[in-house]
Parts: sequence; C-alpha cells; structure tokens
Amino acid sequence: MSVGIIMLVHTAFDRAEQVARHWAASGCPLVIHADRNVPNATYRKFVNALSDLDQVEFAKRHRCEWGTWGLVAATQEASEIMLKSFPEVRHVYLASGSCLPLRPVQELIDYLADRPQTDFIESATTADVPWTIGGLDHERFTLRFPFSWRRHRKLFDRYVALQRKVGYKRRIPNGIVPHMGSQWWCLTRQTLSAILTDPERATYDRYFKRVWIPDESYFQTLSRLYSRQIESRSLTLSKFDYQGKPHIFYDDHLQLLRRSDCFVARKIWPFANRLYNAFLTDAAGAMKRTEPNPGKIDRIFAKAVERRTRGRPGLLMQSRFPVEGRENGLTCAQYSVFEGFSDLFENFEPWLAKVTGTRVHGHLFAPERAEFSDGQTVMNGALSDSAKLRDYNPQAFLASLIWNTRGERQCFQLGPRDNIKDIEWQLARDQNAQISVISGAWAVPLFKSNMNFADIRQEAALLQQVESKHLDVLRSQWGKARVRIWTMAEFIEAPMEPLQTIIDEIGKQSVHGLAEVPKMADLTGFGQFLQNLKNQGMHPYLMGDFPVEHRLHEPQGQTRKPYLVR
Amino acid sequence: MVSLLQSYAMRLRRKRHRVRAFRKHFSLKPVVDRTRKIRSGDILLFSTMRDEFVRLPFFLQYYRALGVSHFLIVDNDSSDGGREFMADQPDVSIWTTKASYKGSKFGVDWLNWLQRKYGHGHWTLVVDPDELFIYPFCDTRPIRALTDWLDTSQVKSFGAMLLDMYPKGRIDEVRYLPGQDPLEIAGWFDPGNYVIEKNRQYGNLWIQGGPRSRVFFPDRPKKAPALNKTPLVRWDKRYTYISSTHTLLPRGLNLTYDEWGGEKASGILLHAKFLNTFTAKAEEELQRGQHYAGSVEYKSYAEKFQDSPDLWCKWSEKYINWRQLEILGLMSKGNWA
Repeated sequence: MSVGIIMLVHTAFDRAEQVARHWAASGCPLVIHADRNVPNATYRKFVNALSDLDQVEFAKRHRCEWGTWGLVAATQEASEIMLKSFPEVRHVYLASGSCLPLRPVQELIDYLADRPQTDFIESATTADVPWTIGGLDHERFTLRFPFSWRRHRKLFDRYVALQRKVGYKRRIPNGIVPHMGSQWWCLTRQTLSAILTDPERATYDRYFKRVWIPDESYFQTLSRLYSRQIESRSLTLSKFDYQGKPHIFYDDHLQLLRRSDCFVARKIWPFANRLYNAFLTDAAGAMKRTEPNPGKIDRIFAKAVERRTRGRPGLLMQSRFPVEGRENGLTCAQYSVFEGFSDLFENFEPWLAKVTGTRVHGHLFAPERAEFSDGQTVMNGALSDSAKLRDYNPQAFLASLIWNTRGERQCFQLGPRDNIKDIEWQLARDQNAQISVISGAWAVPLFKSNMNFADIRQEAALLQQVESKHLDVLRSQWGKARVRIWTMAEFIEAPMEPLQTIIDEIGKQSVHGLAEVPKMADLTGFGQFLQNLKNQGMHPYLMGDFPVEHRLHEPQGQTRKPYLVR
Repeated sequence: MVSLLQSYAMRLRRKRHRVRAFRKHFSLKPVVDRTRKIRSGDILLFSTMRDEFVRLPFFLQYYRALGVSHFLIVDNDSSDGGREFMADQPDVSIWTTKASYKGSKFGVDWLNWLQRKYGHGHWTLVVDPDELFIYPFCDTRPIRALTDWLDTSQVKSFGAMLLDMYPKGRIDEVRYLPGQDPLEIAGWFDPGNYVIEKNRQYGNLWIQGGPRSRVFFPDRPKKAPALNKTPLVRWDKRYTYISSTHTLLPRGLNLTYDEWGGEKASGILLHAKFLNTFTAKAEEELQRGQHYAGSVEYKSYAEKFQDSPDLWCKWSEKYINWRQLEILGLMSKGNWA
C-alpha cells in the first residue's frame, strides 16, 4: 500500500522535476498534469527529463486558469489515471509543482498507513468560515460567473450585482451541501473513486463548472457524500494573503518551515535554493527535528495581512497615506494637551513631569519656535524646533512627534497665543488626545505683565476671540478627543480635584496621591484687573466670574497649607 | 467629463515626453553596446553619471549582488575616467553625451529613451550612482524575489523614498575611497521628520524632510527637495518618467501607497550624497547651473557648508539594516512575509 502523488505543474519545471524525483525515490507513483498554456517544447523537455522514472504518468493537458473548472478537470483526469495505473495506491495526495515535502516521504507514508480510512481534506460550510474573496461566500454556489475575476473585474462585479438585483439563484443539485476548503487534499482510494464513478457525476460536474473557484469546493463538497472519516484539515501548509494569493516561502523561512507540523509546504519560490537543498535530501538529513510550532507560522502571516490591510495606526509614510476618515488613529499613542495650566501655575511643567514621569513640552506651537522639553532645539526623530518647518505641515509635525516618541507619553501646552489654527481640528478629532482647558487663564500673564493698559486691552480682546473659537472647535460634534474645559473661576475653586482626575487618566502617578502641588500664581487683585478691562469696554467672560474683592477665592501659595485629594 | 479631459491631458503629456525622449536621443553616442546580452526576465538598471568614478566600483558590486543583470548607463561627458572604467565591465552598456543635463530634463529624456528601447517587459531600476536601493528582506532575498512577488501580486511599480545619509562630523573630514561602502562614512540619517502631501495632478505623494529640510531649508520648507521616488517599474514602452523618478505616467504607476489605512510594501533609496566629494561637486554644479530650479539646492548647500558643515545631530540614527527602517516606519513590508 502506498501513496500516489498527483502533481499540477504550470511553471518552474526544473523544480517540479526535482520534487517529482524526490517523491519517486521513496516509491510514490506520480501522475503529473501540466497546464495547456505551457509551450509544447517546454512540456516535451519536461516529459523527457522524467522518462527514466517508470512510476510516472502524464495526464492530458487542460487549460488551468485561476478559479476555473480546468483545475478540477485536470485533477479528475489525473485521479482516474492514478487509480487505474497504480492499483496498490491507497491514498492520493494532490500537490503542485511548487510544493515542497517538509518531512521525509516515508513519514507521510507511515502516517497515512496508520489511518487507512481517513480523508484529509479541509471542508467547511460557507457559514462557518470567513475566507472569502470578493465578498462572495454562499453566493459562489448560487450565482453564475461567466466573466473572469482577474481579467474582467468590472464585468464580473456588475454581473454579480445584476443577478442579486433580479434575485437570480441557481438550484443546487440533489440537495448537496456546499463545502469549501484548501484545494490541496489527500483522499483515500475509496472516497476518490466513489466521487469519480458517481452515477450523478455528470450532474455535479455540470453544476460545479459554473461555480466560482470550483477547485476549492468540488472535492470538498462531494467527499462529504462518501467519506467514512473526514479530517477537515490539509496536510499541505499553505497560507493566504488578503487577496487570496498564497504566500511564498523563501530561504529565510527555513527555520520557520522546520517548525511546521505539515508534511508539505506551498508555495516555494523556485530560486529558494537553500530550502530545496535542505528538504530534498535523504531521510537522515531531511529533518533536523525541531518541536513543531505551527502557531508561529500563523502569526507571521496573519501579521503580514494585518499590516497590509490595517497598517500601523498613526503612521504616515511613503506607502501609507490614508484619506480622511480611514486613518485608524490620527496619532499612534495617547498624549495630553494642557491649555491655561502653565499660565495659572508658576511651575506647572516641571511639576507635571515629576508627578507623571512623562515628557512635558512647553508650547509646541508657539509662534517663535516649538518649545521642546528641556529647551532642546531638535527632538526625537531629528524633528526641528523651527516654527516655519513646523507650520509648513503641523499635522505631520504632531503625528511625527507622537510616533517618534512611542513608549513615552507626551504632554504639551497650548494657548491662544500659539499658532493653533491649523492644528486645532486635528487635536479635536484625535481620539488619542486628552485635552484639558482652563479657559481665560491667558489673562494671568497679561495681569502680571508690565504692558500699557491699552495694549493689554487689545491683546486680551484678541486672545479671547481666538480661544472662544478654539473652544467651539473642541466642543464640536465631530470631536473625538477627551476634552475637559473649566473656566478659570471654576478651576481655582478646587484645583486639586481636576488635576487628580487628569493625572489619574494619564495613569503614571504613584498610588499615594499627589504628594506635591504646583504653585499657583498670586491672584490678588485679579478681579480688579478684569473689572478694569470691563471698564474699558472689553468684556472678559471666558474666565468666569471673579468678584472685584476676591477674598473668597483667593488662592494661597505659601500662606495656606496645600490641600490634598485622597 | 472633467476626469476624461484630465485623462486626455495626461495622455498628451505622456506622448510629449516620449517625443522629447526621441528628439534627445540623437545626442547619445554609444561607447559600448552589450545589450544583445540581455535575456528576457533580466532585471535592468538605468543610470546617468557625470564624474562619479570614485563611486562606481562599489555601485556595481552592490547592484550585482542584488541580482541586477545589466547596467545601461548614460555618461554626461565625464572626464575622470569613469566612462572608460564602465566600458570595460562585461555587464555594462554605456552611451555618452556632451549635451546639456538640464536640457534633457536632468537625464530623464535620455533614460526614457533607453528604457523604451531596452526596458520593455523587464523590471527596470532607475537609480543614481549615489543611491543604494533597499527593500524588505534585501539581506536574504535577491531583487528577483521581490519582482516575482510583485508580478504575482499584479503590481507594476514599487516606491522607495530617498533617505539622505550623512557622516557624523564635517562631511569633508573623511576621504571616500573607490570600492568602499559609502555607508561606512555616511552612516547616519534623520529618522522621523518627514512631511507628505498628495499631488492631486499626478496622484503621487510629495515627500520632503530629512537633513536637507532641517539644515538647508528651515526657512523655506517648500523649496526643500522632493524625496518620493518610484525607481522600480515593470517597464512598458508606453510608460514615461516625468520628473526624475519622482513622477510617472500613466498615473496609476504613482499609486505606490495605500489610502485605506493599510501599508503597501515599499523600499528606501539610501542617498550617500554627503561624502567628502560633495563640496567640490556642489561648487562645480553651482558653476554649471545645470540642476533643478536654478540649482537653488546647491546654492543653499554652498552657503551653509561654509560655516557649519555638519548635518549630524543628537537624534540622528545610525543605519543598521532594513528591519530598522521598517520599525522606524520609513518603509514597509506590506503584505510580503
């Protein structure tokens, strides 16, 4: 009793020959089918090259285009030859010319000899599996597909849409239940011959000829009718990308393939010399035994699909430049924006850095330069502090900064004096942004300044206008950032509570609560200052209500003991 | 309707470039023509050069190792022996011209002609002598693995951003010797300060940034040189490069990036421009005025290098391998595993 190999070949004939010899050397008879599209000369040369092997037959050539009936017809014909010419064959293994046996062939023979009644064929109903190309699962069995998906995609799609619209449905014959799965199977003589000699075969063939990708469903469906014992998995390792193309194995996959628990792998790049040399040797050298770990192979290829379809969130680069709405994260990590805090607190930045252990920048969007932490002129990623470079593309500046500092949370200050117009929408839309605003705090530096009052008045009017518009943006219904806004009056009422909330959310701080509090600016006379602005006709409202005599709210630096939350 | 008109305008533009290439090709005189050696399926490299002798030995060695089968070179009147050196190589075909570099659209017309004549049906790589092509798995897989994979994926063009490499210290400090790996000297790059904009007209991305933006153009970022390139194309005689290898027609070839959140596979051109040879070159180019936009780039270099000829900064990154560039997000494996 032995294993017969059916080999479908369409290219890389030298490799196919090499593999055929390898199978034959272990006493496996072969039936080889070559695609009709292969030039006659090439084909004849291939046949001649294998003429010294007596256990090799060649099947009549069919045209095998991807996803068409030709592949099934070729397989049927080759199977018939196999069953007829090699009566001692018990299992038939369907392989391709770019398949490579990973384990000694004798192991496969022994393995199958121990399971004489088992059919190894991946076979699942459409309801159970997500692998579908072009969004067609059950419909591939109920619609018609006269146009090539590869060559006439538009026609293909339109014809499908039309059939859906009219509600056209093909009848599935004899109530068979369509199953799908990998086209690389290993069936017993009993099952295979039952399929091929079924009195209804003409009906099934007629039906499957018009099914889309029949090579993944013909044997998978019909074996369900006859098999005594199906093990629904393929003995061939084959990984598919998001378009349904098989992944290709190269020399650098050698260690990975050694860890596979499959007998055969596909597809192998024809020039992967190291792989062919490593696996097509005698049994002794073939398998440097390593513990099988197919999960590792799965992970690598699943990752590749993920990278191609979802990419790395927050990364803008030469081959990933999503249109608006498809960014899957405008930045790659969470960060915090503080507005008004460094105006209200004298030592806010160093304090925040100390309490949270994050990277705290000054006003990154200041008109003069990007105020990186510690006065640096260049930041991670060789990002320059030049205002012109930054303002040339502020979105890219922000995305780069967050990307370059992956693993370290970034915090920065923002305010109405900054160049915020081109960045505020991006901040508001970014779900990674944690934005905390003390509105009206920009008045504190004016209050402390030594400017002429007329200039102060003008500046205050401008800043109020800018911040008011900015708050509208932050409150917009399109916003995704976590935004918290307090008026200044509200905030100084109980400053530690909001600070604690923000810092808890950053989630870096020690469990003992805020041991130290930032020092608030001395606001004695601030109420009067606001009143003066009002008296000059400029009504500051963003900071909330400050009574002229501000005894109640007056915050205390050293005079009062700082209060702690928790 | 508008898009139809646009398509037609693009078609005309493509044809005009092909006519230009035809006109300009008369100035090309073959020095050695070994193109009969080209076999179907060969990967071909096209390049223009002028006085690059010192770089050529390593250039050939690098690309031969990747699996380039034939080099098609246009020599723009070299006087340093580079032409003779190349003519002696068994896998090089070389043409020479004294015509203006600027007048041929910075070599584009010449190469368009050669690609049309010899590149049809081949994968063609267009790089300058100071550019080293890096792609995913380039340390374990030859370039043929990449092009085969692109073929099965039905992809016709492959993008590779230009990454400016520079030394630590003054660029004129260490002398580059023939045959030496230029990255031994210019081994540093800017890892994360690039800006991208989409070019609506041609559909390609316009990428700027890196040390040239940071040091030479901090006040005029718009003027900074473009870094997006599409050097590897499965050529068809109807294709044409429009401006250097930044832009191609038909426009579909420029779509080397994904717009739906995913990443396509892409590579990098390590640009070992800033070696000790640069200062002399910059001066000469300035004299000739044969470069893009009135050689504004070279003017800026000349000014800057007088006082601070160091491009290196604290956050410069030392080049290790392609995986490093992948992790940094400068290139991507995409779907290739």
